[in-house]
Amino acid sequence: MNASQNLSLLKGLSATLKRELTLLWRRKSDSLNPLLFLVVVCSLFPLGVSPEPKVLAMLAPGIIWVVALLACLLSTESMFRSDFDDGALELFLLNPQSLYFHSLVKVLAHWLLTGVPLALLSPIIALLLNLPVAGIPVLIMSLLIGTASLVFIGAIGSALTVGLRRGGVLLSLIVLPLYVPVLIFGADAVKRAAEGAAVPGQLAILLAFFMLSFALAPLAVAGALRISVDS
Amino acid sequence: MWTWFHKLGSPKWFYDISGKLLNFMAPVAALLLIVGAIWGLLYAPADFRQGNSYRIIYIHVPVSVLSLSGYYIMAIAGAIHLIWKMKLAEIAMRSAARMGAGLTFLALVTGSIWGKPTWGTWWVWDARITSELVLLFLYLGIIALYEAYDNKVSASRACAVLALVGTVNIPIIYKSVDWWYSLHQPATIKLTQKSSIDPSMFYPLLIMIVGFYFFYGVALMLNMRTEVLINERKTRWVQDIVERA
Repeated sequence: MNASQNLSLLKGLSATLKRELTLLWRRKSDSLNPLLFLVVVCSLFPLGVSPEPKVLAMLAPGIIWVVALLACLLSTESMFRSDFDDGALELFLLNPQSLYFHSLVKVLAHWLLTGVPLALLSPIIALLLNLPVAGIPVLIMSLLIGTASLVFIGAIGSALTVGLRRGGVLLSLIVLPLYVPVLIFGADAVKRAAEGAAVPGQLAILLAFFMLSFALAPLAVAGALRISVDS
Repeated sequence: MWTWFHKLGSPKWFYDISGKLLNFMAPVAALLLIVGAIWGLLYAPADFRQGNSYRIIYIHVPVSVLSLSGYYIMAIAGAIHLIWKMKLAEIAMRSAARMGAGLTFLALVTGSIWGKPTWGTWWVWDARITSELVLLFLYLGIIALYEAYDNKVSASRACAVLALVGTVNIPIIYKSVDWWYSLHQPATIKLTQKSSIDPSMFYPLLIMIVGFYFFYGVALMLNMRTEVLINERKTRWVQDIVERA
């Protein structure tokens, strides 16, 4: 690959990133709704289970992680929707620039405006659910890393179902089983940290999941987008 | 050397060869299953702690083993379909998905029936049970995805992609669930270790596992043959077969 090609790849990627961020910024509700969802659903648990601080503290890591996971899932549903509807997706397929990098950048942009805000909002939920303060830094860290994997995995499901009229429930059916490992390690990291233990291992594994999905998921996303546009 | 592989692309060739294979495989499967079942259910000694209730392993273990290998069979068929666009691979993938879901469900049901007398409860969040449950969800996701598409050509390609994604994920899911379980393991539950099983109980189990593999092959081929006949119903050779019958 010569220098000019390199440059055009970088240019293309930065243009894609800029476009995605602009689009997401203009449709703020897409990024804000998952945050609202997180707050509303988490505040249902004290009503449904028990407002007892001890009980809540015990359940908090699991509740926050499961709800954040669902919020991520809900937000990935619309990831390719508008591109598919207005035909932009077909243009991306015809682009000389590789679909792999396009999907990669698109998913990253999506994560920046959904996963990162979720992680930054989580301390407030942690306070509502009485999570010990010692767990909060790890909660933010684990959600930051974990939601990245979740968005990447969710993008595969989103790309597979974008051509379908009612993809929502189906998306959760095909994506949620794949979320299991991230949930296990994420929730466990927060739980251990709240008990005062160090959790470098769990965070390292979350990071490994992220790298694996970072490298492989765009392949599947690109393949799935081709299929969805064909159908 | 690769001609047999290319021939697999021809439904007619597959129909002929699978008919011959079935003549051999079906009796072998029946023989193995009958011998294994009679040996396991009647002649193998009773377990000193679980009594006769352990005998469900002669169904439970083969079904569980196959439910996992079935996923890989499905994923490999899916990959072949994606790469070489082979029609038969697509049919194999779909048949394997349906059978895999059934086997996984059976594994869960037999496991829970076994759990009732052994653990005193129908359901325990044990590592293997949990992984099996996730596996069932993966199968159901693939079947649901196929059903959701109107365009069946795209549907099978989408399912193949999902099956491949699942293949990468299954080892990770199994390891994570194992790790998760080792943290929460209640002390009272002890599963029979494979290595500690007595040969007198193990040989019939082995026969049952091999028998189930043959049975799986037979069922898969029967499933595929039916699909092939439906897909090719307008061709001359299918009409010939129908007329002869």
